[in-house]
Amino acid sequence: MARVIVDVMLKPEILDPQGQAVARALPRLGFSGVSAVRQGKRFELELDGPADEAAIADVRKMAETLLANTVIEDFTVRVEQ
Amino acid sequence: MSAARVGVVTFPGTLDDQDAARAVRLVGGEAVPLWHADRDLKGVDAVFLPGGFSYGDYLRCGAISRFAPLMEEIVPAARAGLPVLGTCNGFQILCEAHLLPGALTRNASLHYVCRDQRVRIETADTAWTNAYEAGQEITLPVKHGEGRYVADAETLAELEAQGRVVVRYVGGNPNGSLNDIAGVRNEAGNVVGLMPHPEHAVEELVGAPGTDGLGFFTSVLKKLVDA
Repeated sequence: MARVIVDVMLKPEILDPQGQAVARALPRLGFSGVSAVRQGKRFELELDGPADEAAIADVRKMAETLLANTVIEDFTVRVEQ
Repeated sequence: MSAARVGVVTFPGTLDDQDAARAVRLVGGEAVPLWHADRDLKGVDAVFLPGGFSYGDYLRCGAISRFAPLMEEIVPAARAGLPVLGTCNGFQILCEAHLLPGALTRNASLHYVCRDQRVRIETADTAWTNAYEAGQEITLPVKHGEGRYVADAETLAELEAQGRVVVRYVGGNPNGSLNDIAGVRNEAGNVVGLMPHPEHAVEELVGAPGTDGLGFFTSVLKKLVDA
């Protein structure tokens, strides 16, 4: 059993109006010192078996196929310890 | 000769399939209901992917619909030349399925926009716009929260150079789409996607803002008759 985390973020060049809205809200709430916010998605995948090389390759395939739209999004895959 | 048969796809959460079917019938075509879970195109001559919120827009708009069993039939048929039109959610599905380049993202304003929108038909050289003239301006309803068309700079330049921007917003861009793009086509011109709704502008009685959308349906019927 292992847990694999896939983080999906809009590519840097893609406008993120949601992140901008959050960034604009922070000063109104009294928080300062944040120059920019980007919003993304986090997927937690519970694997049946160990997170070996083959399993991670599979997860990358899942991310490319479904979890992320690689036209506009980048993703990272990591095993949670 | 029997009427041209235009398939209208229904996914869970599709909203505009009945309007689309009605528009097909209004111009003399036969609307054939197609169900997302079937692997059967029922021998249709063209396919319309209507708007709505298929699969609740979960994950990304169109991301789940793309893998529906029916799409496994539509994608190769579209690549082989079957005329396919996607409006709104249908456009999002065509982009997710990589039948069209680019993607639709959250409106820059973050607001859902519902209004009558002036657009320009940029090319009549598609299966779905040959009844218009290039440069013709028409008014169609738009209603979406995620209609901001984006593509990388190289793809955008290619679309513009090859005349593959089919519809462009004029008199104000409702969603911040790049180059004011409202709709694009594939290289062959048989697959077209756009955010505005021609199927909601086909009848004087209820067709606010008019009947400017009829041309999309007469175009594909004309194309099928000529073929």
